[in-house]
Amino acid sequence: MQKLDSKIPEGPLAEKWSRYKAGLRLVNPANKKKIDIIVVGTGLAGAGTASALGELGYNVKVFCFQDSPRRAHSVAAQGGINAAKNYKNDNDSVYRLFHDMVKGGDYRAREANVYRAAEVSNDVIDHFTALGVPFARDYGGSLDTRSFGGVQVSRTFYAKGQTGQQCLLGTYSSLNRQIAKGTVKMFPRRDMLDVVIIDGKARGIITRNLLTGELERHSAHAVVLATGGYGTVFYLSTLGLGSNASAAWSAYKKGALFANPSFIQIHPTSIPVLNDYQCKLTLMSESLRNDGRVWVPKEKGDKRHPGEIPEEERDYYLERRYPAFGNLVPRDVASRAAKERCDAGYGVGDTGLSVYLDFKDAIEKQGQKAIKDKYGNLFEMYEKITGINPYTQPMRIYPAGHYTMGGLWVDYNLMTTIPGLYAIGESNFSDHGANRLGASSLMQCCGDGYFILPNTIGHYLADDIRTGKIPADDPAFEEAEKTVADRIQRIIAVGGKETASSFHKRLGKIMWDHCGMRRDAEGLKKGMELLKQLEEEFWKNICIPGSEKDLNQELEKALKVADFFEVGMLMCEDALQREESCGAHFREEHQTETGEARRDDANFAYVGAWEYLGPKAKPKLYKEALRFEFVELKERSYK
Amino acid sequence: MDFTLKIWRQKNAQTKGSFKTYPLKDVSPEMSFLEMLDYLNKQIIEQGDEPVTFEHDCREGICGSCGLYINGRPHGPMRNTTTCELHMREFKDGETIVIEPWRSRAFPVIKDLVVDRSSFERIMHAGGFISANTGTAPESNSNPISKLIADKAFDAAACIGCGACVAACQNSSAMLYAAAKIAQYAMIPQGKVEAKERVDKMVKQMDAEGFGFCSNTYGCEFDCPKGISVDFIALMNREFFSSKVCKQKQA
Ligand SMILES: Cc1cc2nc3c(=O)[nH]c(=O)nc-3n(C[C@H](O)[C@H](O)[C@H](O)COP(=O)(O)OP(=O)(O)OC[C@H]3O[C@@H](n4cnc5c(N)ncnc54)[C@H](O)[C@@H]3O)c2cc1C
Repeated sequence: MQKLDSKIPEGPLAEKWSRYKAGLRLVNPANKKKIDIIVVGTGLAGAGTASALGELGYNVKVFCFQDSPRRAHSVAAQGGINAAKNYKNDNDSVYRLFHDMVKGGDYRAREANVYRAAEVSNDVIDHFTALGVPFARDYGGSLDTRSFGGVQVSRTFYAKGQTGQQCLLGTYSSLNRQIAKGTVKMFPRRDMLDVVIIDGKARGIITRNLLTGELERHSAHAVVLATGGYGTVFYLSTLGLGSNASAAWSAYKKGALFANPSFIQIHPTSIPVLNDYQCKLTLMSESLRNDGRVWVPKEKGDKRHPGEIPEEERDYYLERRYPAFGNLVPRDVASRAAKERCDAGYGVGDTGLSVYLDFKDAIEKQGQKAIKDKYGNLFEMYEKITGINPYTQPMRIYPAGHYTMGGLWVDYNLMTTIPGLYAIGESNFSDHGANRLGASSLMQCCGDGYFILPNTIGHYLADDIRTGKIPADDPAFEEAEKTVADRIQRIIAVGGKETASSFHKRLGKIMWDHCGMRRDAEGLKKGMELLKQLEEEFWKNICIPGSEKDLNQELEKALKVADFFEVGMLMCEDALQREESCGAHFREEHQTETGEARRDDANFAYVGAWEYLGPKAKPKLYKEALRFEFVELKERSYK
Repeated sequence: MDFTLKIWRQKNAQTKGSFKTYPLKDVSPEMSFLEMLDYLNKQIIEQGDEPVTFEHDCREGICGSCGLYINGRPHGPMRNTTTCELHMREFKDGETIVIEPWRSRAFPVIKDLVVDRSSFERIMHAGGFISANTGTAPESNSNPISKLIADKAFDAAACIGCGACVAACQNSSAMLYAAAKIAQYAMIPQGKVEAKERVDKMVKQMDAEGFGFCSNTYGCEFDCPKGISVDFIALMNREFFSSKVCKQKQA
């Protein structure tokens, strides 16, 4: 099992990172100039790490598929970013943040990684403040915080409902500074389609220039993937439409292990589906549950206007079931509770697939202005999409695919099982176990990018100071480029009748129905069968108009959908082998009498990491045992 | 709902474009504007033609990718609304809708409704940052900023970089875009250190990219989907002139 050496350092939890860091090798400033690093992705993780690496003096090449790095989907994060500053004097600490995350992740994350993420969280906030990120402040001029789900302290920093945008623009500004200095070169409008491996090490990538269709070779001494999540496997999700699994998937197919692919978070508060042509679900931030109360009518199928349903006929089911955390239970719990009510016939709206999120009480107590100050842009967004004013009528919400805890397996250095290939941010699996707590992704992305990877990568690159430029005419580049070109030809040559979006929609429905919020063995097997059939149909009937030598959005989509079939299969495979319920992974077969998730620590306290063995072969499962030295494994209760 | 769509089609930067008319039936009022275009594209593809190319990603009004000139207005008829947030219920059944790309010398058309906004990037490279290296930051609360200022800085920072301000301006001026960033940083202590240099460089780059001057018609503010105020242009001008005065004094 040499493949899965997590490289977690020994020693007391609070000293692991500082001691480990002190032992890492360095690359001196003159040598850094001789080293090239590729970063794919310009979200908080990618743009952050690219600027930090540029500041250190490396030559960095950065890629994204949008026309500007500022449009990475981190921009859409709304609610906030956590840090253990303890500004509210509510007894918060690095240890408590760590503990909340390990528990919130249902004990399926590595203690050491989580602790480190919590440890660097304060540096992230300080760095953003220095970069001029306009976080919310109180009247004394200090930074303000609010609460998020699954915790009992107030540690979430925010910039109205646009925290992701403001943090990303801060990061984008540091990236721009390096671009101006010439340490970073930006390549927008590129799709990464393959990783190039030379002598067992990641040495470059193949990209498609989205404007010209040209395939390009880029070489470097190390490659960092920061390509975000693959929640778009459900078609309808809170992600941007371009979000994909393809970059990480190409690494998987080149030998990088893929961990916990089925751990995918369904967010409880998204605007429900309103029409059949919808391709995107808009999130209403979790922060709204600070002041909004979730309810359904006590009477089944009650079709009255919400305003006509008196207080005593409302079921505030989260407050009823989970009195200790109430509306602020973690996402997996809140999502399942909403589904349970709707499936039982208490849902509201035309389809019965939604519940109310009501601000009436908060507005009465705090006044409309206070609520507007906190959530103004979210309320506006809601009204634009639905045509309903949430100041006077409760919002309707329903769960939606949102965040992938699973991703490329990485060790403590954030390196995948391919030497020189790193994965950071949402694209790796590392810190959130089976469920992510709100506002901890931005924190992890920034920690990974700004403060962790720039240290660990130096240790690896110290061996490369005499390597010289990696030649892009190496046979490995030729072969990778040819594989990509052949695949593009093959997909174009199908010449069928159905669009990529139409296939994607059908694929998403299979995944949602069979590998979504609740799973069982039979359903998963059925899902796999359906996926296989649909994939065959795809390769017979996909239609791509236009040429591959041109800006061709249909081709871009089809390539991503083709990968999603394979991703979906692996998700089902992973969900099937995990005979327990934990976090977002809920198996019908494994629940308590009261319908809560039942974990099986004796048999499943491991990270499941999959190895690709070829197109027809079943992938191989490796298990990284999780050791809990500092936290006691307990039933996760929010009652 | 039924519509007649007049859409700008252009193969690439080298070829001349023209309007093409598409009748579209059975549009749901619940559809967003881009979902309506998806629906049209599906039909175009099924008829064996090339779909209309347009940019989009987040589809919730924050990434700034989408930007269409709809019936003579950037992002269409609704104020404070991006194209992706616009819904078909805002149009009249049977209406003709004209859809064009941004029109500006500094934003050349790439294909159909997609334009090249890299000039915006270069303005940011010129100075849209605070020079703080990773790891050098002091404790956040060691530098209190009044809530009033912080909120104002936020209002300026809300820009999504879509380019509507340029498209709305008769002179294709990028003043609002540059001013928003310059003002955001000029207002807070962290940004003041480099304020003069920043305004100088960014304005110079803006001119070099071929954006026009500002003649105070306020079209930019009116059509900005994030409602960014022209007051920031005044603030930028103040910064700009004081930077000139400083330079003269130094010289
Ligand atoms: C609507 C929404 C709200 C959220 N709110 C919060 C919140 O309040 N707090 C919180 O902590 N988290 C939140 N999250 C989660 C958080 O935003 C994300 O997990 C995080 O921003 C991911 O950042 P990233 O840097 O890993 O990836 P991203 O920001 O997704 O960036 C991915 C980058 O990779 C590039 N890329 C992807 N594929 C390719 C390819 N094949 N080729 C080339 N480039 C590629 C893209 O162009 C992009 O630049 C939210 C998520 C969503 C969807």
